[in-house]
Amino acid sequence: MTGLDSTKFGKYGGQFVPEVLMPALSELTEQYEKYKDEPGFNKELDYYLRDFAGRPSPLYHAKRLSREYGIKIYLKREDLVHGGAHKLNNTLGQALLTKYMGKKRIVAETGAGQHGTACAMAGAAFGIPTEVYMGYKDTQRQRMNVYRMELMGTKVNPVKSGSQTLKDAINEAMRDWVANVEDTHYLIGSVVGPHPFPTMVRDFQSVIGKEVRGQIMEKEGRFPDSIVACTGGGSNAMGIFHPFVEEDVDLFAVEAGGTDMKVTEKEAFHSASLCTGEDGVLHGARTMILQNKYGQILESSSIAAGLDYSGVGPELAYLAETGRLKPRHSGDAEALEAFHDLSRLEGIIPALESSHALAYVKQAAASGELGDIVVVNVSGRGDKDLETVRGMMK
Amino acid sequence: MRIYEKFRQLKARKEGALIAYICAGDPTPEATKEYVTALVRGGADIIELGLPFSDPVADGPTIQAGIERALAGGMTPDVYFKTVASLHLHIPLVVMTYYNLIFKRGIEKFAKDCVSSGISGIIVPDLPPEESGELDEVCRDNGIDLIFLVAPTTNEGRMKNILAKGTGFIYLVARLGVTGARADVALSTKELIERVKTKTPKAVGFGISNGRQASEIIAAGADGVIVGSAFVDIIAKGGDVAGKLEALARELKEGTRSP
Ligand SMILES: Cc1ncc(COP(=O)(O)O)c(C=O)c1O
Repeated sequence: MTGLDSTKFGKYGGQFVPEVLMPALSELTEQYEKYKDEPGFNKELDYYLRDFAGRPSPLYHAKRLSREYGIKIYLKREDLVHGGAHKLNNTLGQALLTKYMGKKRIVAETGAGQHGTACAMAGAAFGIPTEVYMGYKDTQRQRMNVYRMELMGTKVNPVKSGSQTLKDAINEAMRDWVANVEDTHYLIGSVVGPHPFPTMVRDFQSVIGKEVRGQIMEKEGRFPDSIVACTGGGSNAMGIFHPFVEEDVDLFAVEAGGTDMKVTEKEAFHSASLCTGEDGVLHGARTMILQNKYGQILESSSIAAGLDYSGVGPELAYLAETGRLKPRHSGDAEALEAFHDLSRLEGIIPALESSHALAYVKQAAASGELGDIVVVNVSGRGDKDLETVRGMMK
Repeated sequence: MRIYEKFRQLKARKEGALIAYICAGDPTPEATKEYVTALVRGGADIIELGLPFSDPVADGPTIQAGIERALAGGMTPDVYFKTVASLHLHIPLVVMTYYNLIFKRGIEKFAKDCVSSGISGIIVPDLPPEESGELDEVCRDNGIDLIFLVAPTTNEGRMKNILAKGTGFIYLVARLGVTGARADVALSTKELIERVKTKTPKAVGFGISNGRQASEIIAAGADGVIVGSAFVDIIAKGGDVAGKLEALARELKEGTRSP
């Protein structure tokens, strides 16, 4: 179930892709299986995670925020990872695997531009030509990230089809992969897509949760009562949750509530696929999806580009179904408020994505649902969002 | 009409099949009726009618645009089956769509709707044999052909499995990449035709746009050609669409007759 022997998590996951890609998925599964526990590969990955990415990231006791929200809060500082988000953990892993597999080129999709930036960094560090597809709408709202990627030698292709956001960028990256599968690796940015991506990305991101285990034991002598992470595709969430799935710790996946928890025939005013979506198949996997009664995918919406996605990783759908993980949501306005809280009280400007996790802590602390000690994954820093936030405050 | 009957007929006449794709509802359901009629007049042997999905990952820009026009024109699965039922074709019609629309409608219901509207086969580009178990069974129970794709990257092990499962015809993906018209015939296409050893008819798609290519592909041993983007492109350009569709169908059909 959590290994590579099955392509599914319960009924979710699988490999719903064009035949052209099936051999590449088997090859990737085989190669990943071969290297994932291989000492040489892991030694090299650990080296890059430490000396290039700056790991381990600190676990910080946010005293003033704790006082304000009324619960003891630890922040897992993924915002301090090189590039400003957790995304590099995964791109270093997959780019290294690309090198070991002997593939010559990387393609990727990006929403906020954080994953694209992390691809650009890993691509440059390993000398692998990298191309990133990004929804045109996202290139407009995340201009700095486009420029960052270009500086690092990555080609950014704006995608003008469909809703011009993350789901369309994934469609386009998959089309590129279909056409160039023999020499190209598709470096997917979250725990989504066909097997083995959800498992592999989760494993590469699990470094977050593994560090938290040691760090919280050192500081508290016990595990936290709860862990809260924002959830778009679900990679920072699975990364911090996975090492705690077997422990007595409550796991909260906070999705983007957008402006309203409503949907029309064509769009959702939020991105809460775990909370409100329905069983379906998107981007190679069976999972929970925002869709209309016919199965057409709805355009999602959020102030945080990185959460603006109509699907979610299949393992999260499975863990939510079994009750192990609790899906929640917080909206644009609440996220903005938490964004300001953390900036003002702690001198840490969080990504708007991560602000959703903080907003949920603020909302739920008083209910007791989170217990006495909570770890919040600060998946990224907010520098990329300053323009958006300033625009909203006017 | 069942697909195998059509291929048997054509074989007796020493012809390859012309399988013509357009997207239902592009740009309106009424236009689809007119266009299908034009394709049949031009000599299409099988109609492949796309049921548009919002996220068509296997399709290139031309067909994506057709799908967007169709969705904007109000095409839904309900309207689709109504439109198909009103066509009263004397040749086989197959539906091409993505798995989520089938899954969401309910596999049983989808199959029943196919039967009652006169559809003979289903093509699902994002459903490899590994995931097709349920649909496969329901198709068999209902006498519908589930048509599988093979690609230049398909290795021998997978090939065996697909050929054992596929009914109606085997869809040979001519080249790596998404749908879209191209001028030449790739060497890999001819190699693939040789590699696919089966009694089930083989039809080649992706990139075919003219009579010369059709003729070359039939000469290389294929039993049919599948043409989509070249037709959808005619719809996109407008003007005397029906006339131009008929003319291109005629040219392609001529190609399948004279290898
Ligand atoms: C800072 C940050 N957090 C979270 C996410 C959401 O992705 P995931 O749910 O895979 O962690 C993104 C995506 O771009 C991001 O940039």
